[in-house]
Amino acid sequence: MGNAVHKQMNAEPIAMFSKDDLLENSGVCVLIQGVQVAVFYLPAETPSVYALNNWDPLGKANVLYRGIVGDINGELVVASPLYKQHFSLLTGRCLEEDNVQVPVYQARLDGDTVIVTLQPSL
Amino acid sequence: MKAKRIVVVGNGMVGHYYVDNLAKQNAGHEITVIGAEPRPAYDRVHLSEVFSGKNPEDLALTTREYYRQIGVSAHFGDAVAKIDRANKQVVTDLGRCFSYDKLVLATGSYPFVPPVPGSDQPGCLTYRTIDDLGAIRAHAKDGKVGVVVGGGLLGLECANALKNLGLETHVVEFAPGLMGVQLDGGGSGMLREMIEELGVKVHTSKSTQKIVAGQDRKLRMEFADGSALETDMIVFSAGIRPYDQLAKAADITIGERGGIVIDYHCRTSDSDIFAIGECALFGGRIYGLVAPGYRMADAALSQLTDTPIPFQGADMSTKLKLLGIDVGSIGDSHGKTLHDGQPPASFLYSNDRERVYKKIVVSADGKKLLGAVLVGDCSDYDTLLQLFLNDMELPANPEAIILPADKGASPLLAGMSLPMTATICSCLNVTKGAIVQAIEGGCCSVADVKAVTKASTGCGGCAALLKSTVNEELAARGAEINNNVCEHFAYSRQELFHLIKVGSLKTFDDVLHKHGNGRGCDVCKPTVGSILASLFNDYVLKKEHASLQDTNDTFLANMQKDGTYSIVPRIPGGEITAEKLIVIGEVARKYNLYTKITGGQRIDLFGARVNQLPDIWGELVAAGFETGHAYGKALRTVKSCVGSTWCRYGVQDSVSMAILIENRYKGVRSPHKLKSAVSGCTRECAEAQSKDFGVIATENGWNLYVCGNGGMKPRHADLFATDLDDATLIKYIDRFLMFYIRTADRLQRTSVWMNNLEGGLDYLREVIIDDKLGIADELEAQMALLLDTYQCEWKTTIEDPEKLKRFRQFVNSMEEDPHVVFVQERGQPRPARDSERKTVTTA
Repeated sequence: MGNAVHKQMNAEPIAMFSKDDLLENSGVCVLIQGVQVAVFYLPAETPSVYALNNWDPLGKANVLYRGIVGDINGELVVASPLYKQHFSLLTGRCLEEDNVQVPVYQARLDGDTVIVTLQPSL
Repeated sequence: MKAKRIVVVGNGMVGHYYVDNLAKQNAGHEITVIGAEPRPAYDRVHLSEVFSGKNPEDLALTTREYYRQIGVSAHFGDAVAKIDRANKQVVTDLGRCFSYDKLVLATGSYPFVPPVPGSDQPGCLTYRTIDDLGAIRAHAKDGKVGVVVGGGLLGLECANALKNLGLETHVVEFAPGLMGVQLDGGGSGMLREMIEELGVKVHTSKSTQKIVAGQDRKLRMEFADGSALETDMIVFSAGIRPYDQLAKAADITIGERGGIVIDYHCRTSDSDIFAIGECALFGGRIYGLVAPGYRMADAALSQLTDTPIPFQGADMSTKLKLLGIDVGSIGDSHGKTLHDGQPPASFLYSNDRERVYKKIVVSADGKKLLGAVLVGDCSDYDTLLQLFLNDMELPANPEAIILPADKGASPLLAGMSLPMTATICSCLNVTKGAIVQAIEGGCCSVADVKAVTKASTGCGGCAALLKSTVNEELAARGAEINNNVCEHFAYSRQELFHLIKVGSLKTFDDVLHKHGNGRGCDVCKPTVGSILASLFNDYVLKKEHASLQDTNDTFLANMQKDGTYSIVPRIPGGEITAEKLIVIGEVARKYNLYTKITGGQRIDLFGARVNQLPDIWGELVAAGFETGHAYGKALRTVKSCVGSTWCRYGVQDSVSMAILIENRYKGVRSPHKLKSAVSGCTRECAEAQSKDFGVIATENGWNLYVCGNGGMKPRHADLFATDLDDATLIKYIDRFLMFYIRTADRLQRTSVWMNNLEGGLDYLREVIIDDKLGIADELEAQMALLLDTYQCEWKTTIEDPEKLKRFRQFVNSMEEDPHVVFVQERGQPRPARDSERKTVTTA
């Protein structure tokens, strides 16, 4: 089993890591085949993990995982730490700028393991 | 309307505005623009900024690429030589021909060089184009002294440029005063004094007779009064003349003293040819400002549509910063016009100490504003301009408009409603009517109105006026003005502070469940985090608080544009040992950090990657440094002069006091950042009066000043109490800070906070000194708790492996962010610009 997972990690764009590496109500960043993915952990929500591309297209830096998470009109968002625009954790859509969207990826908790892939989550 | 071939001659600011807006009409016109200068349109108004750090590219208003995108055929560096009206075509210097159905002349103007013998020799320059700047810079290189001929608006701009080049700068003016067109004698005099204080030498009533070779310097100007001035360079900026030769040669009607004559529709004597901007003469007048040029362009553009609008002259009121000095002029600043046959009356406020001059000219019956002059303080400009443009009735005591707020003035425009036609945002041309329409269409906040009307999205200068207009309209519709923190809490910060304190709520979740709704956001989380810190002073990265903090507080450093951080170790009072300086230098060298001295007498280290922060701080803490809280809404720095220890004039030991104050209040979280300074004598070298609280030594103790600030809207602090002993000084500061922390709004600086306190400074004295509210003991006790529980957040952080996990770039890799790239400049690293990156990493 462990072998199979290992193989898969090499072949597929996927990251698996311990739940202990997550920060409650905050983000961390993982690197999947050169792509930076911000992973947010909201223990009170279902699902409890969300993954967005880490690149802030407005601030033009790899910083989204360092933003504050919360909700705007009920929509789960992260606020860019640079210029404070909000990006939806579900769709990647920017609430302030039309036509700005960051890629959203599949992420889930499997027991104590976090699994993030580069598959689009929608 | 049928699509036409439209040729625009000239690509200055007005020519570009015309072309850009014509393309936006999307009417299928075939548009050609021909510019004599080698580069596309740029912002001439801010030309002098090239000498204070801007690149010429920063001034660009457009690019060749942009013109291509909007389908405009653009040609630069080739001037039009001839207009062939018979064949409806223009021919350029290089012999190219362009046929037109409509021709637009936007040829602009050139600097007037008085016909003085010798004014054509090397070293005699003009100031108009980017190429002129190159010539000025070249001459400045091997010169020491520069003269500007002309003390008008452009001349003083040019003087600023010479000063920025490090030249000893002189202004020579023919008239008796500076800016004679815009300012009256008093305003002009104040401006002169202020300019001379900046080191610029002003010579008025000087008529230059000839320019000859100098003895000590390259050139010598000889004046009619027998005096002379030696200089290395002379820049003529004594007014402009319209570029009308092209039109003249084509037999288009020209005014007696130059300028292409236009009608209400900006048409010349040939109805297929328009003229706009500074080459055009309307009603016998050349409009030498950019805004009227834009209005001419609007009028000319509208001729190609079904709804033509006329140009009917334009207001020449102007507000600008000359050599850093605010100057404003509205309407008839000289008080010369009769109103209903009566000479006008004027009111004057002149303050030599604070260097402020304000004059208003009103009609004899006191009801209408006819003009105004402002020097040193333009904060009333917007209000006065609205009163003037909208012909509004003045209050019974018009002088109240220009009196300082604490000397009997009434708040303006409150209850004095602007008419619907009033322009609120002049950049985007948004009227009050459009704002009211937006509100009636469902907008319920300033942000909504901004999004719909685009008001205040240009220079932003109208933000306050927009806010008061929106709030007034909302209030008139019975809407409650909402100062709630955000959608998650229906309370102001002050109310929330009280609720948290009374309920002794210790976490954000408790506060949210008890008093809020939803999940919180990037506004309320840091606000509550700050209140919790002000009340209980837990470690900010404690598990339940860590996710509340803004990125700067979370990483205990200041995020820069590329996602790296800067680090500011605390240097109390700006006093530092050689050993510690060496440590900072060594750390910077080891981690390749850019170092810069801050305005607050500290050292900022830039370019640290998030994963380097713990190592860097490990070394700094080991050397005895503490965090400087540059990242927090907290006390930043207490600046000081050397005081009586070294200085011949110092009367108290300002350094010791500054260190005492900085160490006392370090780490205290507040609604906004806090700055302080201590000066050792009345010369005020530490600039304490520009701080939230400042201390100035006297023979008998200390004077305390409060509620000043620098930054975007500088404000001098108010004298709060005099000749205090050390203990009383500290007691008052304890109470003052805690009262501010308790009652201020989110991100409200002390100055705004005090202005919003009913009773202002006097009330503050009653609370702090006389203990009118009976809370002084409580405030002191609260402060004592914060002081007792201080910890250096970095020391705590580097001792806790669990906390250090947050400082990883990637949880699954040791790689670093490849987008963070540095290049060397002046021997130090700086972030690479996009054009300097070899590999561009994006999503």
